[in-house]
Amino acid sequence: MIVTGKGGVGKTTVSVALGMRAAAEGKRTIVCEVAAQENASRMFEHTTVGFHEVELEENLWAISIDPDESMREYVLLQLKVRAMRDMLFRSRIFNYLAAATPGLKELVTIGKIWELAQLDRKVKAGRKYDTVIVDAPATGHGVGFLQTPRTFANIARVGPIHSQAKTLDNFITDHDNTGVAIVALPEEMPVNESAALERDLVTDVGVAVDRVYLNGLYPERFSKKEAERLGALAAAEDGAPKAAARAALSEFGRARSQRAQLARLRRRAQAPVKTLPFLFEPDLGPEAARRLSKRLA
Amino acid sequence: MSPSSPRLGDLLEDKQVVICAGSGGVGKTTTSAAIAAGLAARGMKVCVLTIDPAKRLADSLGLEELGNDARRVDPELFAAQGIEMKGELWAMMLDPKQTFDELIARQAPDEESRDRVLENPIYQQISGALAGSQEYMAMEKLFELHTEGDFDVLVLDTPPSRNALDFLEAPRRLTQFIEGKSLKVFMKPTGFAAKVAGRGATVALSVMKRIVGFDLIADLAEFFNAFSGMVDGFQARAKRVNKLLAAPTTCFLVVCGPQGEPIDEAVYFHRKLVEAKLPFGGVIVNKVHYPAEQLRGEVEDLPAVLAAKLGDEDLARRVAANFSDYQALAERDARNIEHLAREMRATGVIRVPYLDEDVHDLAGLAQINRYLFATGEERVAMAAGRA
Repeated sequence: MIVTGKGGVGKTTVSVALGMRAAAEGKRTIVCEVAAQENASRMFEHTTVGFHEVELEENLWAISIDPDESMREYVLLQLKVRAMRDMLFRSRIFNYLAAATPGLKELVTIGKIWELAQLDRKVKAGRKYDTVIVDAPATGHGVGFLQTPRTFANIARVGPIHSQAKTLDNFITDHDNTGVAIVALPEEMPVNESAALERDLVTDVGVAVDRVYLNGLYPERFSKKEAERLGALAAAEDGAPKAAARAALSEFGRARSQRAQLARLRRRAQAPVKTLPFLFEPDLGPEAARRLSKRLA
Repeated sequence: MSPSSPRLGDLLEDKQVVICAGSGGVGKTTTSAAIAAGLAARGMKVCVLTIDPAKRLADSLGLEELGNDARRVDPELFAAQGIEMKGELWAMMLDPKQTFDELIARQAPDEESRDRVLENPIYQQISGALAGSQEYMAMEKLFELHTEGDFDVLVLDTPPSRNALDFLEAPRRLTQFIEGKSLKVFMKPTGFAAKVAGRGATVALSVMKRIVGFDLIADLAEFFNAFSGMVDGFQARAKRVNKLLAAPTTCFLVVCGPQGEPIDEAVYFHRKLVEAKLPFGGVIVNKVHYPAEQLRGEVEDLPAVLAAKLGDEDLARRVAANFSDYQALAERDARNIEHLAREMRATGVIRVPYLDEDVHDLAGLAQINRYLFATGEERVAMAAGRA
């Protein structure tokens, strides 16, 4: 399951919540972060997760996929002769190419995700996972990220990179086993962008978009009638009652405009839309993710 | 508690280039557009530039679309929102691929080298997607417009990158990449070049061919070779771009949200700007829940007070509970902003409140614009509904 969406929509929280959900169902689950964001480790107050499979809870692991480490691991798996790989790692040219070749970091990152999803793991004593959840980069880069394998398969027309890139592309576009979830916010532009993203993902990349999560939906705490009374109160009062009435009106206004955005998203998205509530909490920790995970049933 | 809150108009006095930086999802595009509109309203000829695949800027300016050329925004649109445009507002949305192509055309010593790059399959695959290319192209266009001198002020909305820092590192990464020095040496492992590359190179090549495939290596070499001859031009240009970024007439504004993560990133970005000796102007924190701190004493018996006024205990309880939720968010925001102000030694934090309506049209833009260009006191008053 690849979780994507524009920046600041709560991809990490949703990824962790999805991970908790799968873990609670008894599936061995790993949440992968890419490009060294370390958001999940922040959430769990681990100093860093790093390029290791770290157990967060029962059935739930996390890994932060570092492209340099992935590249190293890939070469180690390709070259069994130690002297050869030492020579390669020391080689200026290899390090230069590894750093400069466009898209290579994304490619080896997806390669690592593929490796984690294999039942026959390539790394020694690799754990078997039932579910791999990817907290993907923000869009803008999101479609590009998932397209990397195909781009590489096209550039390298033959040879090992071609066939491996092809394998990764098949892995990403395998509708039976790989799905994409888009995280959106109930606001005008994020809704537009999520609809456009879904279209690009389906037509350009060819992945299956399984679900759109509309995150941060305000609860409907006040009725229209009540809002009218509160409006009168806010106008007549001062101090705390005025501030409280204004806060209630703000909540009412947001909840209502968000319902309109939800309706727009439902009309424009092909995949089913699932809502997740806004959590009135100063800091979103594991407990917040757990509460969201219960809503994902 | 209120961190010093400057007027944006004062911060941007005499500036020719304003760069809005920050991580994604913090309202950078809207902020850039509102700043540009505010400066244009004050009589300047302003152009706002963005690289934005989601066409957000066009949306927020009420334009159908934006092209790779600057387009003037109809002043009537702003007049309808009560903003009189004494100057001119222009907008441009960059197409990174087209900008890259234009840059190649300009840098190539002759037509043949130009076509060699433009027709190279690797170039075609990556010129839009190369890491840092969007950031680099934004700077490139900024530099071009600045050199042409048609505008008083340029406002750049930096590309939506994961990390605001990508923007600063882009020119270095791109020129390094284009130089392709090591590879060229490596591709001709004979004679002098072989000595430079070292004895391991030939062996490394054969090992790499095995895991990568010979064709790809050859294609890459052709790609880098196609760029040779342009390297000096790129380097010289990158230097001049960097000089513009560091000029006293340039101003970096960091845009962020009030949650812990965007605040941490803003602190980090500020530190990097200072280290790089780039002109930092201030921070704009969007979507802030303004606290009603002065009310703290009155809040204790709020449910009872509200019940008496509303004659509805259930509603009063819900209003009070909602208020306490809002206050908790406001306190978090205040804490985070205080941390931010402390880290930046209290230079210029501008707080834009979380508006009741989603900001996506000109009316919202005009509202943001009023907050940005107000004084700190005016902002607090506006947020409390008193102005």
